[in-house]
Amino acid sequence: MSAAHWRRAMNSAAASALARGAGVPARVPASRSRPPVARPVEVDPYADSSAPRWLKFLWRHLGPRHVLLPLLALVFPLVATPFFTFQVAAQALVLGLVALSLTFLAGYGGMVSLAQLTVAGIAGYSVAIFGVSGTAVSLGWPWWVCVPLALAIATVCATLIGWLSVRTEGIYTIMITLAIGVAFYYLVLQNYSVFNGFQGFQKVYPPTVLGIDWRSPLPFYYLCLACSLAGYLVVKWLVRAPFGIALQGIRDNPRRMNALGYNVVAHRVAAYAVAGLIAAVGGVLLVWYNGLISPGSVSTTWLINILVIAVLGGMRHPIGSFVGAVVFVLLQTFAIDLIDRERFNLVIGGVFLAIVLFSPDGLLGLWAWLRSRFGPEQAVTATTSNSRRRT
Amino acid sequence: MRKTLTWGLTAAQWALLVLVALPVAVFSVWAMVDNTRLYFVTLLNGLTLASLYFIVASGFTLVFGLMRNVNLAHGSLYLLGGYVGFVVAERTGWWILAIAAGFLAAAIAGLLIQVLILRHMQGQDLRQTMVTIGLSIVIADLLLWGFTGQVHQMEAPQWLHGPIRGLPVVNAYSAYRLSLLGFGIAIGVFLWWLLSRTRVGAMIRAGVDDRAMLSAAGVNVNLVFAVTFMLGAGLAGFGGVIGAVEFSMVPGEDTRLLLASLIVVIVGGMGSVVGAAIGAVILGLAETYGLAYAPTYSVVFTFLILILVLAFRPRGIMGRAA
Repeated sequence: MSAAHWRRAMNSAAASALARGAGVPARVPASRSRPPVARPVEVDPYADSSAPRWLKFLWRHLGPRHVLLPLLALVFPLVATPFFTFQVAAQALVLGLVALSLTFLAGYGGMVSLAQLTVAGIAGYSVAIFGVSGTAVSLGWPWWVCVPLALAIATVCATLIGWLSVRTEGIYTIMITLAIGVAFYYLVLQNYSVFNGFQGFQKVYPPTVLGIDWRSPLPFYYLCLACSLAGYLVVKWLVRAPFGIALQGIRDNPRRMNALGYNVVAHRVAAYAVAGLIAAVGGVLLVWYNGLISPGSVSTTWLINILVIAVLGGMRHPIGSFVGAVVFVLLQTFAIDLIDRERFNLVIGGVFLAIVLFSPDGLLGLWAWLRSRFGPEQAVTATTSNSRRRT
Repeated sequence: MRKTLTWGLTAAQWALLVLVALPVAVFSVWAMVDNTRLYFVTLLNGLTLASLYFIVASGFTLVFGLMRNVNLAHGSLYLLGGYVGFVVAERTGWWILAIAAGFLAAAIAGLLIQVLILRHMQGQDLRQTMVTIGLSIVIADLLLWGFTGQVHQMEAPQWLHGPIRGLPVVNAYSAYRLSLLGFGIAIGVFLWWLLSRTRVGAMIRAGVDDRAMLSAAGVNVNLVFAVTFMLGAGLAGFGGVIGAVEFSMVPGEDTRLLLASLIVVIVGGMGSVVGAAIGAVILGLAETYGLAYAPTYSVVFTFLILILVLAFRPRGIMGRAA
């Protein structure tokens, strides 16, 4: 079923439901602002040219921003200070990657999981436990064993978390994933034999491969950029694939999708697994970035910070998580100059509150609103941001 | 659909009963033979902890049941009540006054949250939840600002100082901790009376079942919401004051109590006060027995309970379809 088919089916069904009376729409969750489903292409000017398929695809979908943004990301560390490259850019990419997994789950699957950082933490802890660290508990296996192992363990755990939490819906999911996340925090805090308790693991550094020390700012930045870009493209591709379309259908109306013959639980658990893998990659990078992992890295503060990042950027589009992460890291780094360092939580909490209160779609929503208001006429943007949002 | 747990149990329920009741019974017999006093002291500890959990979680579940609003700032309200009670007790020396102040402070904060913010986004569950997350970050940081990160401990009132002696088996037990049990039961009885014997309670129960119908019947739903939210938040503040004596107040306690409330209502069933009582007893006992007999893995027990309940009754023990 293509995106266009799906849209048409949804629209005609919704219209007929409206015509029949107001009884049916009450079942539709009203509070969610929906990321637009991949739009159908109306006219294809390149349809009858003889260019190869991939070239036509690029022509059709590539805008100036698709070229400029990666170029900027590639060139930027060459002119910036190492501090900026490592502390700001690399950190934003890593946090953005973890938040991306939440954006995928929440924006396209309708499941807000607070345990995404827990999954990342499981991956980070696995790297620290199996790999090399400054603690005697670590097993000291080489990186090419422990990194895939960590990703596998975290993905399995994410699947289990998903399997547990898809038994519930909506706000119940938030509570259960929060409970799981906090329970994991207390587990690593209290357990000394495996997780080394309060101390955690220090000196967990990325290895030296191909003669490059991946810990130094420039290589680490490019590593993060490659992983983030891969994660972004995977999500972009996935939400247009049949699986992603079905997932969005389940987000909008699970009962109808069930009636159409889709296995709702399986799709949801699979979404958790995919998001888990993305979060796991982010988790490995995060432990390398910090050089350590301790219960503090998986505390409630950080669970919620990931949600803050995703909501701040906006869950309508995968790029939102990276936008949110950049803003978050910039605030974190430079808010100190304006106010007391201790008061960072107040700033980030206030910004988060303001965004949730005044722009539920985050900064991307704000941008879309500004464009529809002041920019050139954008029919598609205007319809998605006004008529499709039911507040 | 199974409606309630009766004695006409299905096979799955029998399996669950055997799976849970049997290990518990075996453990109890072993522990009693091994060290009778420890077993009963732990039992009392568990029940007193459970009553604190019940007081805090009943407010949480009340608010959720009526408004479908997960108030994740509940832990912050608990801490707020505790700190306000601490200040009042220090100034006046009256413990009863401190309890009233803690209750009122949290209730007023809750009222403000409901009237100023949550009322404007009625029916948007997810957005409301996110707002309460933002509020919890802000409140927690304001409290950290005002009271710093050091540990605050409240003194128990004179008449609850010291242990009670001469009890059978246990010999001596802290009078204050025992009074927690009394508080829990008193709050439970009060809530039962309020919900099933008064007009406001009837409105709240009606609102839990069908909000739109209640509004159509001519009841000012917004007022009922405000009162319920006040009561729920006030219970958190109340719990904060009485918890501040036994457990110290530090930043981070809010998360602990929020987690406890979450698990209690998930296990017990959202929106049910009886469920909150059951969940609180299960969690309190599991936590204290875990700490007493297997300190490293006490969290794992809590987690196992959560998984078991979710596997067999996804809406909690007393939960109903939303």
